[in-house]
Amino acid sequence: MNLRLMIWKELWQRPTPMLTSLLAVTLGVTAMVAIQNITVFSERKIAGDMESLGANVLVLPPAVTLQDYYSADMHGHTMPEEYVSRLALARMPGVENLAPKLCVESDVDLIPVTVTGILPQSEFEAKAAWQGLGLISPVGTDRGCCETKANVGAATDDPNSLATSRTIQKLGDRDVILGRDLAAQLGASVGDALPVLGESFTVLTVLPPTGTIDDSRMFAHLHSVQDLSGAGPVVNVIEIMACCEDAAGSLITNLSTELPDTRIITIAQVVETQVAVNGLMSRLSWVFLSILLLVGGASIASVMYANVTERRKEIGTLMALGASRSFVTKMFLGKATLLGLAGGLGGFVVGTIVAAVLGPQLLGIHVQPLPQLLAVGTIAATVVAVAASFLPARRAAGLDPCLVFNDA
Amino acid sequence: MYQLHSVTQTYERRGNVVTALNNCTLSIPDNSFIAIVGPSGSGKTTLLSILGGMMAPSSGSVSMNGQSLYDLSIDQRTRLRGGKIGFVFQSFNLVAWLSARENVQIPLMLSGKSAHLQRERALELLDRVGLSDRADHLPSELSQGQQQRVALARTLANDPEVILADEPTGNLDSDTRQQVMSYLAEFHEDGRTIVMVTHDAETAAFARRTIRLVEGVTQEVVCTKAA
Repeated sequence: MNLRLMIWKELWQRPTPMLTSLLAVTLGVTAMVAIQNITVFSERKIAGDMESLGANVLVLPPAVTLQDYYSADMHGHTMPEEYVSRLALARMPGVENLAPKLCVESDVDLIPVTVTGILPQSEFEAKAAWQGLGLISPVGTDRGCCETKANVGAATDDPNSLATSRTIQKLGDRDVILGRDLAAQLGASVGDALPVLGESFTVLTVLPPTGTIDDSRMFAHLHSVQDLSGAGPVVNVIEIMACCEDAAGSLITNLSTELPDTRIITIAQVVETQVAVNGLMSRLSWVFLSILLLVGGASIASVMYANVTERRKEIGTLMALGASRSFVTKMFLGKATLLGLAGGLGGFVVGTIVAAVLGPQLLGIHVQPLPQLLAVGTIAATVVAVAASFLPARRAAGLDPCLVFNDA
Repeated sequence: MYQLHSVTQTYERRGNVVTALNNCTLSIPDNSFIAIVGPSGSGKTTLLSILGGMMAPSSGSVSMNGQSLYDLSIDQRTRLRGGKIGFVFQSFNLVAWLSARENVQIPLMLSGKSAHLQRERALELLDRVGLSDRADHLPSELSQGQQQRVALARTLANDPEVILADEPTGNLDSDTRQQVMSYLAEFHEDGRTIVMVTHDAETAAFARRTIRLVEGVTQEVVCTKAA
């Protein structure tokens, strides 16, 4: 027999009060782990989304209030298409690609559709050749920039690159590209003819699912949409695929100088709200943890005091039999350590399960256990449990062993 | 074994000073078997506590084997108690959630014996008190007499020189009392010193010497006879 065995046996002799007192600590760790887990994976998803978006700067008409990146062109406000040419010719450092868009509402066989006019890269090349600029790259500089999915995808002729790079190399005047959901809704497939804006268009491709509003859109040549809708040479938004470091630096200033009558928004600003919410959740998780650990600590201290009182005779007997004060102290602090470890581990397991269940439902993210949270949770719970038990343990160690006698 | 010189122990209770032991001088030679008798509140338990190194007297000196007991630190006295002094309690004071064997192992564990030695010694002692077949029973699964026998086995664990017994038969019926006292007499015959507090004349009769405590003053009772 040894101290550890004694602690273990005693714990199971009176498990209910201790486990009850541990509930608050466990809940604190659970809340912290669940929220931190969701926050971390949410931030990772945002980072991944930003990377896959490619376009990280939006040029918008000044009156537009942006709510969602993917619906940045769904506001009805327009600006001249000439802005696109100005940007292309300005050859600003950091601008890798441009994607102007114009959205109009229409219907196909009485099914309402959003037709988005896009400008293929071939148009930029033609414009550059026409103006005799002889550019290697149709827009931006050729100084070499960060490689993104946008500029990698832009080099291919695959129309499906629109799903990932937001740009396409070639698109005919009477071609349309369908989002996956819209194609299913229309029952359309590649090569089908669809009546759009009073003209017949051929389905060039059906995009792979993106999980965004693009899945329910129809994409056609910008100039076709402008002509057929009567909107004229305007666009709703110009998406810019910019180098990250430039987008964060002088590019925004340069864009604002070039296009003073527009609103320039970086993708970082778009996701800022979500990131801020994540930050708030993260901070709240620490607040929850602190409050619940305080409550748990008080609860453990109370139960430990009761435990000492209940075991006075037992402690006195042990001291009469030769137990030192340090042995008695270790007996209680060892028990507290065990409880803290159990609370931390339990909180981690429950918190991870909660995050795994709620993550996909609330934010569409899949979470995995984060070992660093196990360390934080168990350390926090153990420190609180031991600190809360310190005074009761000292009280136990200071008991008068004479109380073991019959009339003491 | 013990030398008490002018030991006085006083308590303060609600502003009143209570004298538990009054200028008590007592010599307890090696291999004594002493019964301390007296009415309730006469200071018997106080004397036992002082002999056990658990209560420093208000004045006077207590020595054990020539060593002044209360010149030792608390931890030194704890070690002394674990190695040289055994206790027997009226209500047995077994740890309820440990088996009979584990209860006997406690003093061995506290003195740092290995798990194997603890187990062997505990089984040997339980066998000596006739409880080898109850080694894995919890105290609640044992009769009162069996519990006191487990406590006796525990007392012997570290082979103490002296056994301090506080009303060892107080909770036992007549037959069990005889049995327990026989064991104590046997331990005395092994060469140990036994100091026993009791109210019971029959129990006291097992001792070789009786000391009566009245209002904190010791009086030798001369006519004590061995049982």
